[in-house]
Amino acid sequence: MEIAAKDLAVRFGRVTLLRKINVRIRDGEMVGLIGPNGSGKTTLLRILANLRSPDEGTVSYTGRSAAEVGARRLSQQIAYLAQAADVHWPMRVETLVGLGRLPHRRPMRGFSSDDRMAIERAMVACDVIAFRDRTMSEVSGGERLRILLARALAVEAEMLLADEPIAALDPLHQLQVMELLRCTAREGRGVVVVLHDLALAARYCDRLVLLAGGSILAEGKPDNVLTDAHIARAYGVDVVRGHKDGVPYLLPWLPSAASCRSSSVSAIGRTGQRVGADQ
Amino acid sequence: MTQVAAIDRVERERSPSHRLLVTGLSILVVVLLIASLSIGYAPLDVKQALLDALSGRHTLGALVLVELRLPRALLGGLVGFSLGMTGAAMQGLMRNPLAEPGIIGVSGSAAFGAVLTFYFGFAGAFSFALPLGGIAGAFGATLLLFMLAGRGAGTMTLILAGVAINSFAGALTALALNLAANPFAVTEIVFWLMGSFSDRSLPYVWLVLPLMAIGWGLIGVSGPALDALTLGEETATSLGVNLPRLRLQLIAGTAFAVGSAVAVTGSIGFVGLVVPHILRPLVAHRPGRLLLVSGLGGAALTLAADIGIRLLPVQPELKLGVVTAIIGAPFLFSLIFRLRREE
Repeated sequence: MEIAAKDLAVRFGRVTLLRKINVRIRDGEMVGLIGPNGSGKTTLLRILANLRSPDEGTVSYTGRSAAEVGARRLSQQIAYLAQAADVHWPMRVETLVGLGRLPHRRPMRGFSSDDRMAIERAMVACDVIAFRDRTMSEVSGGERLRILLARALAVEAEMLLADEPIAALDPLHQLQVMELLRCTAREGRGVVVVLHDLALAARYCDRLVLLAGGSILAEGKPDNVLTDAHIARAYGVDVVRGHKDGVPYLLPWLPSAASCRSSSVSAIGRTGQRVGADQ
Repeated sequence: MTQVAAIDRVERERSPSHRLLVTGLSILVVVLLIASLSIGYAPLDVKQALLDALSGRHTLGALVLVELRLPRALLGGLVGFSLGMTGAAMQGLMRNPLAEPGIIGVSGSAAFGAVLTFYFGFAGAFSFALPLGGIAGAFGATLLLFMLAGRGAGTMTLILAGVAINSFAGALTALALNLAANPFAVTEIVFWLMGSFSDRSLPYVWLVLPLMAIGWGLIGVSGPALDALTLGEETATSLGVNLPRLRLQLIAGTAFAVGSAVAVTGSIGFVGLVVPHILRPLVAHRPGRLLLVSGLGGAALTLAADIGIRLLPVQPELKLGVVTAIIGAPFLFSLIFRLRREE
């Protein structure tokens, strides 16, 4: 499957949130959507998932529009994990993960053995099998996020779109989830993940799309996107770089002299571009 | 886990407890229906009366059974089922344990429609005027709801529109009472508004049964979508749920089921609020599974309350709506305290 967004524009009233966005997501690759707060990452992800329409531009799914594909087929092909998703009733964990099989279930029928195997695989992959019989009110915040990821994986869709799936996870589970998403991509599925952690984005994503100021500031391999200049322009921070076991890493850095000056904080513009005197 | 082990688990988990719950509640409803037929103010040999009725003998016993007790018992079950099921549907749609069937304004408007037939004297002149007026009120409210909320309205807009319609219908009902020239009409309206199953005939049952069945059908098929809605509207949409259609289906279903229930029996509160709340833990908090279970629970509660009224040594007979409110209100208080503790 391939998702292609062409010349997207999104406006909220008079404010243009996104303009001239062109993105292509293919099978087997893991794409990171990065950018400062308010840069439109979630909005773009929702448009790619056909959960909202752009004000301008089109999105196609392997060359066909969402209407041509059909809502049911699209829900089988695209799994969406919302940011800080609500769970309104304290269902059992396994039941909740099983909701991911809804697009595949025939009306008035229970789970097939294929459905059950998909649920098992998703729970094992996300390390939630140990508390499958607990209710959602009996799990921690981090466990909850992994359960919700398992729900999205249980769809076994060709494309997984995940909005900040590692927020609020401890470091071990952050790394495990990123490994899992990369493995999902290696199995031939497409993965688009909204991230704030630039180090994990650099390490795990095949390609990054950096949004800033309402448009794509940079797109491509992590090394080409996460340059000092791009990061300074998008986020208004410096970067510390290093290597561990031959793997490069980077750490966003705000010089300590500037970190407590309220003027420097307020001088960070909406796009994240620092315009203060300390540049 | 191996594939065989996983499938074994599937077989184990085809919810025997759920089947047991549905079977248990169904048996309870049947027992209460029989009890409702057996209990009344005059002694009656139900078996003999039933034999007389089936063989076409117009004995007093057969008349009491067919004309008085049977419609009362059937309406108790049907109205209770409608209130329980629609309560579960509204709580699932709104994702709020305090939602109830009246939240969309249908009950208040059905009551107003029925009150108008009293006001203009149609109720006395034509026996079907009362339920037809109620049904017309319910459908008027549904149309107004969709006009107010507009196409593709969100859940919050629907709640607001429902609250507005309820208030308006309440105000118009009060106006009708205020302007009624005949004090007997006022008494009749007030007593009718309290809700009761007494003195309803079998044609009332045949009038509302198909409308209720349409409502149950519309709501019953929405179980999986209500389960998905547990994850929020956005995720439910990504799972293939057509939200505008689901809202339309549930609101139309509630209008059919509750509108026709109120039209024949008056307002019976709290059943749709309390029953889903009590039964939810028994279905592992699955909104889809709660629909049928809550319907059966509603039927059981309403029948039991109606039997209780007839056993109480109080004359004139207490109105069912008053009794359900007196039983239901403490449940609501406890629910509020529990929600407070969870916050």
